[in-house]
Amino acid sequence: MIAFLKLLARNRMAAAGGIVLSFVVALAVVTPLLPLQPPDVTNTANRFLPPFSEGHLLGTDHLGRDLLSRLMWGTRLSLAVGAAAAIIAAVIGSAIGIVAGYFGGRTDNIIMRIVDMLMAFPYILLALAIVAALGPGLMNALIAVAAVNIPFFARNIRGVTVGLAGREFIDAAKLAGMGHGRILAQELLPNVVPVIVIAMSTTIGWMILETAGLSFLGLGSQPPQADLGSMLGEARSALITNPHTSVVPGLMIFVIVMSINLFGDGVRDALDPRLRSGALTRPRPATIVDRDNVPDGPGDGVLDIRALETQFHVGPRVYRAVNEVSLAVQPGECLGVIGESGSGKSVTALSVMGLVASPPGVITGGAVFHDGHDLIGAPYRDLRRLRGDKVAYIFQDPLATLHPLYRVGDQLAEAILVHHRVGKAEARARAVALLKSVRIPNAERRIDAYPHELSGGMRQRVGIAMALANDPEVIIADEPTTALDVTVQAQILALLDDLRRERGLSILFITHDFGVVAQLCDRVAVMYAGRIVEEGPTAEVLAAPAHPYTKRLIACVPELGQGRRELAAIPGLPPAVDRLPAGCHFAPRCDKAREICGQEPLPLARSGARAVRCRFPEEDIASQEDTA
Amino acid sequence: MTAALRLERISKTFPVGKPLIGAPRALVRAVRPVTLEVETGETLGVVGESGCGKSTLARMLVGLEPPSTGAIEIEGQQFDNADPAAFGRMIQYVFQDPISSLNPRKTVRQIIETPLRRLYGMNRADRAARISEIFDSVNLREEFLDRYPHEFSGGQAQRIGIARALAAAPRILVLDEPVSALDVSVQAQVLNLLARLKAEFGLTYLFISHDLAVVEAVSDRVAVMYFGAVVEIGSAKRIFNAPRHPYTRLLADSAPVVGRPLRAPEGKDTELPDPLNPPTGCAFAARCPRASDLCRRVEPELKPMEEDQLAACHHPLDP
Amino acid sequence: MGGYILKRLVSAIPVLLGITVIVFLIMSLIPGDPATAILGSYATPENVEKLNRDLGLDKPLVQRYFIWLGNMLQGDFGRSFSLNRPVLDEILERFNATLILAGTSFVLCAFMGILAGVISAARQYGLADKAITFTVLIGISVPSFFLGMMMILLFAVNLRWLPVSGMYAIYGGGDLPDLIRHLIMPALALSVVATGVIARLSRSAMLEVLRQDFIRTARAKGVQERRVIWAHALRAAMVSIIPVLGIQAGFVLSGSVYIEIVFQWPGIGRMLVDAILKRDILLVQGGVVFVAACYVFFNIMVDVAQSLLDPRIKT
Repeated sequence: MIAFLKLLARNRMAAAGGIVLSFVVALAVVTPLLPLQPPDVTNTANRFLPPFSEGHLLGTDHLGRDLLSRLMWGTRLSLAVGAAAAIIAAVIGSAIGIVAGYFGGRTDNIIMRIVDMLMAFPYILLALAIVAALGPGLMNALIAVAAVNIPFFARNIRGVTVGLAGREFIDAAKLAGMGHGRILAQELLPNVVPVIVIAMSTTIGWMILETAGLSFLGLGSQPPQADLGSMLGEARSALITNPHTSVVPGLMIFVIVMSINLFGDGVRDALDPRLRSGALTRPRPATIVDRDNVPDGPGDGVLDIRALETQFHVGPRVYRAVNEVSLAVQPGECLGVIGESGSGKSVTALSVMGLVASPPGVITGGAVFHDGHDLIGAPYRDLRRLRGDKVAYIFQDPLATLHPLYRVGDQLAEAILVHHRVGKAEARARAVALLKSVRIPNAERRIDAYPHELSGGMRQRVGIAMALANDPEVIIADEPTTALDVTVQAQILALLDDLRRERGLSILFITHDFGVVAQLCDRVAVMYAGRIVEEGPTAEVLAAPAHPYTKRLIACVPELGQGRRELAAIPGLPPAVDRLPAGCHFAPRCDKAREICGQEPLPLARSGARAVRCRFPEEDIASQEDTA
Repeated sequence: MTAALRLERISKTFPVGKPLIGAPRALVRAVRPVTLEVETGETLGVVGESGCGKSTLARMLVGLEPPSTGAIEIEGQQFDNADPAAFGRMIQYVFQDPISSLNPRKTVRQIIETPLRRLYGMNRADRAARISEIFDSVNLREEFLDRYPHEFSGGQAQRIGIARALAAAPRILVLDEPVSALDVSVQAQVLNLLARLKAEFGLTYLFISHDLAVVEAVSDRVAVMYFGAVVEIGSAKRIFNAPRHPYTRLLADSAPVVGRPLRAPEGKDTELPDPLNPPTGCAFAARCPRASDLCRRVEPELKPMEEDQLAACHHPLDP
Repeated sequence: MGGYILKRLVSAIPVLLGITVIVFLIMSLIPGDPATAILGSYATPENVEKLNRDLGLDKPLVQRYFIWLGNMLQGDFGRSFSLNRPVLDEILERFNATLILAGTSFVLCAFMGILAGVISAARQYGLADKAITFTVLIGISVPSFFLGMMMILLFAVNLRWLPVSGMYAIYGGGDLPDLIRHLIMPALALSVVATGVIARLSRSAMLEVLRQDFIRTARAKGVQERRVIWAHALRAAMVSIIPVLGIQAGFVLSGSVYIEIVFQWPGIGRMLVDAILKRDILLVQGGVVFVAACYVFFNIMVDVAQSLLDPRIKT
């Protein structure tokens, strides 16, 4: 709650709206106590007095009534009616929505049909019909506005409830013996309330407008009582001769609604967890680069990552996702990068072509050399020209990574067309050939399919075909088989292996699976908490891991065919990358760690093909080199 | 001795495209009739790829989904009313996604208290005592009790989920992919904890996972599911080393293993059958190198292959 | 495609029936009887009873509904007592004017709203975004009828650029340029709120989409940023924008009631308000049903547009 208020206060616009709104509400509350003239007493001798007249600060209206007094009383009425309508609509609509969303099935079906029926009216027709039936009057206008908004709330809240009702904690509550009533009240409602508050804060201004509108039409408050809408309605006939009688109530409505909207947006932003986590910021075309140290080129291999540092800046926190990572991919080589979630392996891969979402991502150091040029410092134009042409990506979840509304053939052809001036027909022919090369049967027919019409394995083949479209020198594969079933994974891995041998591709392969690394990669680098802790030829690293983390991680992974057994575990958790320990990041979990390990950082010590970042390694890689 | 859990031809059919009134447009059989027995103290592993019906089977077992046909018997008692509260004292569920299975607006204490209050009607003092007992056994510090779920890592949240399941003092735990959302170093911690709890409380486990190696490591027996049906069941020791069903062999060959060269275990373009338009006969026939006309016509039943291994195949592999 | 349109048309039948039921039920809530309203409070009881019989009001509710429905299906919406002419004639004449006004506004707000939203999202937190966001906030906070009145003061009274009100000039008007001159202010005033709502929604839909994995894929392929925004992202965002266009069309239609009054536009909204104040029930019933039915068909077109855009919708 305090965090919520703080967030709200930090938003200057919302705060301004809140202050104006509180002021107006306070005035409306104390109106009866103020020394105002009676609002309804007519004095035709003093009609249409201009503002700042003697005794009438805002002048008088067509019947000589004091405008200031009428404005205050009208504001009071408009605010009360608008708020009442919003609360009634929110309560009834939300109740309907929660019930429909939670119970689902036939209940949901029938309720939502009725709601749809009500929403089939342009809202004012329904309001007009209700007012026509009940007769003009402020109370009836309130009922009409509330009734018209119920379907909006019901539909909105139902959608949220359906999402929540499918969540596992609702099942857990059922298994804990809770009945429907308790689940609705204790499990669902607390999660729905923020949404209701957001919906209310963004619609209350609208409801004030709507009630004012009905009064403006003469269907709301009846003379002599006036709300802001009917004041405006009465003043309309004198618009040209005495505009002030229109401007005063009109501006007041505007001020109220504007302040409510400003404040409501602030409430929404403060309550929406996605905004807080930055999930609704637009990622730039390329990651922001703000480097201190820039290693010199030209680099070695087809892709040389040097001392790369990528961070996420979220508010005051700095998450050091990648710390001085250096990796070089040689021509025709498959280099695996293995690590647990949060180890920085994917961020390393995405940093290469500036694809880390930014904000919040920032590349704060290092370089990536390709063909003698530094990709990190390259201007966006150059980077774009290389993306997909020289360095291509394959991503994890093929359903999310393909555009759902374009045919796969068009997506493939696009990959070619953005880099090469070829005709449409030529691009299509190449797309068919690409699909054939990834062994998609019926390529001529499948090219016109949309991604959702393909199975997961087929979609990933399309993803691979897209990466191959321009015969890149390097492919960066970011967990390309993690989302797939094991039998499909085996096919995709075999395909990748064949392709790289046929085409002499260099691959940077990101994974968390030792089995996959062992089968596909020539060399492997192990990452932990943003750093490479060990690197070397795959077979050697797996057979004789030098870093204690590598060794213990391998021991954690059960392997098929060894039967039932106790698994080795690593105690504790990886460190949070915004609070990294000073020395070795693994030291707090390491049983070999001594005092020095936690104090001073250690460089990656290289010896021949292998490298390790440990003072007390499991294997002496230098002596191993000698004996080899 | 009675079995802890007995399933007698339970199946689940979901309607598709149900109109407001009248019959649905189509029926999808998520689980074909399954007959199983789990002994007290045993861990039965269930493996299969996505969409094979293993999660639907699990949800029926705990009463979250009423079976379309068949009967569930837990320690000799019949459960056929699909009332999770009635099942709750006998059988509990540990969910795949540890964070999403905890209500973000409740403290850990409120979450774990619920089964004690609703299933056992315990008073405040008894609840506090029981919670500290359970927390102790899942290695969680009591200071966590007043925090909210988002403050925990996946591994810790999964322990809280396990603690909640244990709070109901069930006889059987259904573990639905309990470690697949966790990293391997944490996965081992949770698996070992589960093994210890089983011994400590004399529990029976039904362990569902897509990860063959994990299932093999924790199970006494393993059931392999494909397209809604159990195609093979046998001891964990033998089933992947000497599979009788070609699908089990395919699964075992597909798992990436250190030291085994990379090759595609099947050359063909493999697709699961369309659930809206299921094939007659064996569902695996289209992918099976041994399929014959018989396979495409007649759906094979589970048949004993040797003493404790059963497979649903007309042309089983040699042991 | 044709099959899908047909299916949607068939599914509109129960909705249309539901609309007539709702309107009829609401109208039957009216206390007292219409005959008294028509004849005035000095009418003799015999006259009231005779008129009730003539109007069929002595029959049970259900029977009255079906008679009314049956007549409507044959194009007989009854006779307006206040205007003394057939309801349908009046509706058709008035609806034409409303369609010109609301249609123009809708096209304006859809175009400007999406454009503003996309620019705003593409330049998030930049100057353009801040300017658009603030303008939009003002737009959705100002009552359209007040805005219309202020426009009259400024553009018609003070600057004398445009006519104060009406649809055509009384003398020498009637051609298209004359109509356009009369249309500018009301159409703009009417489109402001909807433009704001569509712009806000388009902005948030775009921001949501720009975070998606397939946008990263497009960038990884080397697609130009302009194309990423205007082709990849906008196309995906349209999936959530189009339904809102349908809803906003209803709001534009609703707002036209106020605007028609402010600008003396001879549309159906003004007719309805007059009919309510005169308690001309048949005219209200007929007008509401007619406009609601048009809106239902408009929404079918929206659904069809959606299914053309999104192949995941089963056609």
